Amino acid sequence: MLRVLDWRCDVNAPMNFENGTRPDGTAERLVVIGNGMAGCRAVEEILDRDPARYAITIFGAEPRVNYNRIMLSPVLAGEKRFEDIIINSAEWYDENGITLISGDPVVQIDRETQTVIAQSGRVEPYDRLLIATGSDPFIIPVPGHNLPGVVTFRDLDDVDKMLAAAQGGGSAVVIGGGLLGLEAAHGLSLRGMQVTVVHLMPTLMERQLDEAAGWLLKAELERRGQTIVTGGDTAEIVEKDGHVAAVKLKDGREFPADIVVMAVGIRPATGLAKASGLEVERGIMVDDHMVTSDPAVLAVGECVQHRGTCYGLVAPLWDMCRALADHATGTPSGYEGSVTSTKLKVSGIDLFSAGDFSGGEGCEDIVMRDAARGVYKRVVVKEDRLIGAVLYGDTADGNWYFDLLKKGEDVSEIRDALIFGQAFASGGALADPNAAVAALSDDAEICGCNGVSKGKVIETIKAGACSLDAVRSQCKASASCGSCTGLVESLLKLTLGDDIQSGPKTVCKCTSFSHDDVRRLILEKELKAIPQLMQELHWTTPDGCHSCRPALNYYLLAAWPGEYEDDQKSRFVNERMHANIQKDGTYSVVPRMWGGLTNPRELRAIADVVEKYNAPMVKVTGGQRLDIFGIRKEDLPAVWADLNAAGMVSGHAYGKSLRTVKTCVGSEWCRFGTQDSTGLGVKLEQMTWGSWMPHKFKIAVSGCPRNCAEATIKDFGVVCVDSGYELHVGGNGGIHVRATDLLCKVATEEEAMEICAAFIQLYREQAHYLERTAPWIERVGLDHVKAGLFDDPEAVRKLAARFRYSQQFMQDDPWARRAAGEDSELHQHLAEVRPLEFA
Amino acid sequence: MMIGDWLDIGPVDQIAPGNARTLPVRGGEEIAVFHTLDNQFYALVNKCPHKQGPLSQGIVHGGVVTCPLHNWNISLKTGEALGDDEGCVPTIPLRVDAGRIYLLREAVVGQKSTKAA
Ligand code: SRM
Ligand SMILES: Cc1cc2nc3c(=O)[nH]c(=O)nc-3n(C[C@H](O)[C@H](O)[C@H](O)COP(=O)(O)OP(=O)(O)OC[C@H]3O[C@@H](n4cnc5c(N)ncnc54)[C@H](O)[C@@H]3O)c2cc1C
Ligand code: SF4
Ligand code: FES
Repeated sequence: MLRVLDWRCDVNAPMNFENGTRPDGTAERLVVIGNGMAGCRAVEEILDRDPARYAITIFGAEPRVNYNRIMLSPVLAGEKRFEDIIINSAEWYDENGITLISGDPVVQIDRETQTVIAQSGRVEPYDRLLIATGSDPFIIPVPGHNLPGVVTFRDLDDVDKMLAAAQGGGSAVVIGGGLLGLEAAHGLSLRGMQVTVVHLMPTLMERQLDEAAGWLLKAELERRGQTIVTGGDTAEIVEKDGHVAAVKLKDGREFPADIVVMAVGIRPATGLAKASGLEVERGIMVDDHMVTSDPAVLAVGECVQHRGTCYGLVAPLWDMCRALADHATGTPSGYEGSVTSTKLKVSGIDLFSAGDFSGGEGCEDIVMRDAARGVYKRVVVKEDRLIGAVLYGDTADGNWYFDLLKKGEDVSEIRDALIFGQAFASGGALADPNAAVAALSDDAEICGCNGVSKGKVIETIKAGACSLDAVRSQCKASASCGSCTGLVESLLKLTLGDDIQSGPKTVCKCTSFSHDDVRRLILEKELKAIPQLMQELHWTTPDGCHSCRPALNYYLLAAWPGEYEDDQKSRFVNERMHANIQKDGTYSVVPRMWGGLTNPRELRAIADVVEKYNAPMVKVTGGQRLDIFGIRKEDLPAVWADLNAAGMVSGHAYGKSLRTVKTCVGSEWCRFGTQDSTGLGVKLEQMTWGSWMPHKFKIAVSGCPRNCAEATIKDFGVVCVDSGYELHVGGNGGIHVRATDLLCKVATEEEAMEICAAFIQLYREQAHYLERTAPWIERVGLDHVKAGLFDDPEAVRKLAARFRYSQQFMQDDPWARRAAGEDSELHQHLAEVRPLEFA
Repeated sequence: MMIGDWLDIGPVDQIAPGNARTLPVRGGEEIAVFHTLDNQFYALVNKCPHKQGPLSQGIVHGGVVTCPLHNWNISLKTGEALGDDEGCVPTIPLRVDAGRIYLLREAVVGQKSTKAA
């Protein structure tokens, strides 16, 4: 995200009085508004430097002394008591001659007369004013937001309200899945409440975490019994007898609530400053010495905006307070902004995030995952410097990374070992992973999942296993979760030098697993979501790439029909838009024409669409249907609505799915026709349309061996003969033309359809993503396919049943859903910009 | 001052992570606004440096979008083509504030117009 430069940066040089006394010789009067963490720390810093300099008065809205606000979470969770988190006791104020006026908020600043006025009417003059009002919790103005029982999480009074509510057990809804919300949720569930967290974004703590870590966090909190609703947009807070009763979402879901905690964000508390005419943007504008637009007024803490940034964590406040005190005591230094890091204070969950991990040009991601230990580590390196880190499950090295990051140290030396942490990386020679592995003893365990020792792996390699895959199959090392793949690869290098054979193609550079491994492990480990799969199989990138995401999406869809939720953003544009993108960014639309049949109604509808949306071209495709070209993405849903109205559905000309079923006229009309090829083609298309496949799939039915429908260059082809139907598979008329292999011959249409369904399912379950039936059969052999279908007499029936089951979920027309408004944001512009001269 | 220099194009939740949305500009180039899976926001002119493919329609991974036409990988941060490919598309300064997305006005309306409005 872009950083706006604060226009006030460095503009006013520090005010620098020689001595701190006023004309009448008494000490200057420093008034502090805000008895919180920054205000009191600033005073401490000033006292350290020059205890006699100021006569200090502190106003505090809260009726108590200064305490450690960040420890309110442990207090709520019952791990600490208020007494334990007090920072400055009443004695401290007395000993330092500070007048504390607590429970009496300042309501006005008069910069003319240099006085502040408190709620009680008390007027206090100042020579120097320090504003440290912190921030106010943001409250989303939904209906019911001001009902009794709706609380925020900012001070002790809030905590007391929550504890009171928790007395009666019951249920709580926390709105906001950021740091604050999750700590509130944790505390309340420890206090015995049924907690639901409603978060607007799809990822928890999205400001600090990436998708992978956010998913792990969600899974853990759910395991602990919290209900986590991501992508949940609050519509209203439901009332019952004048008190909150539930939270209702825009999608209609409703969650019972005896208390609602709003933790959706904070706003710098700038009201006073604004009213007094000080420069205010998001926060009170300050320069590098924490001086506001009025040289007599300083500001510090969450309420300020420095160089365009407002902070919400304590670390930066400490730096601000130092610079402020240096300036206020006449030895100006200057604050230059802070890099922040985040930890979540939820016992048992280790989570750390710092810096920038948004990737991009010149950035290199180094990712390490250990599913067994539930660990995800990601560091981002740019130009040999560490610029960001996300750690989940093992944060031991968090501070080390943060240190490298802040110091901007050159990490090229330890690059290879960086992700393994300080101990490993600073291990000199061991910084080279190979050397480290070489140093391991023979009985050291390499593969935890299958208990394989280093000695055993080397033995296996010496016995002839020259590739990662050979090792996996022969001694099972790294065959399960893959976390030891690196070690095994090192052992291969050490034992064989350059004679290593590279194994079968991996899915992509994000993993060391092949397509077959991934498909097997999805079932073995019951993987049902992309982030889960990437974690369990140790993906080496945070969120995959454009080759693995679509593949994984298909594999999960094929493995868990009806259960897996299709991931739009992992689909190639044509499948996301349900149309074929053209070189000019417009789309082509191909409605289904069952078996190549059409009628006046359909043709009229198509003609009308062509005119209505002035499509520049219509053409008969090679698949026996019509293709309408040049439709803009905004118009697609309307076009589809018109076509639906005439009974037409998507032809999936864009999909890795059933494309067309070509037919010839057959026995209905043709003098040579032996069977009703047209009728069978229509039935086959009605059975198979909508099914997602590893690649596109084409069918044809010819009424006789003259084969007008070109059935023998299709993925599944039927050639009718007098005695029945010849079923052919694995044809391709494309880049490498391949004629089909004859699979078998059957007597009835029913058998032909059953075997078609079974063959498709076998292909769907076994082929690699983007592998058409032709190369698939070339790879595994026709015998393998025949065995899969016919060895077990039940196989055809079982496969066909699995196909029909998954078809239940696939055969609803995507065009109809889009025409009805689903995913409309994919079709609509955000807005249109019209500069005046064009408006 | 923000109001003057920054163009408010609405709340962040209009763009789901991993997606992009478009912003046509009269007399200028259409802009694509991206939301990555690690919740960063970027804005680029919606034209691939290769053959003007609409980048908004590509698959987003890390800080990169893969062009839907011929799979060039474009850095969302710098607009530069990654790997062996060469070319660069203009980026539009963007900031997110209090849940809303802002584009630097001069970068949006000040574009050198190539297509007539
Ligand atoms: C429209 C059409 C040409 C036409 O005007 O006739 C067509 C157009 C495209 N074909 Fe085709 N193919 C079309 C029939 C064919 C045929 C003939 C057939 O299906 O009988 C073949 C050879 C037979 C075969 O596929 O085995 C064919 C072999 C290909 C191939 C090479 C496939 C292969 O395995 O080698 C590709 C590239 C690919 O899929 O990776 C391809 C890809 C494409 C794409 C989808 C390229 C793309 O990804 O954008 C073209 C986009 C069309 C669009 O924008 O609407 N098209 N394509 C035909 C649509 C058929 C339909 O109604 O759905
Ligand atoms: C539950 C919780 C957990 C947190 N956990 C962490 C964490 O783990 N790590 C981290 O770095 N940060 C954490 N924070 C944030 C951290 O507490 C704040 O960044 C820090 O307290 C800001 O200090 P401040 O002095 O600017 O504001 P505050 O500490 O809020 O102090 C401002 C004070 O000014 C008072 N005030 C406001 N207006 C007036 C007025 N008109 N007159 C008189 N007094 C006024 C307020 O009552 C308040 O007491 C947490 C915050 C909360 C609420
Ligand atoms: S080739 Fe066969 S099916 Fe085709 S038209 Fe002639 S007779 Fe009919
Ligand atoms: S137009 Fe983008 S890759 Fe060709």
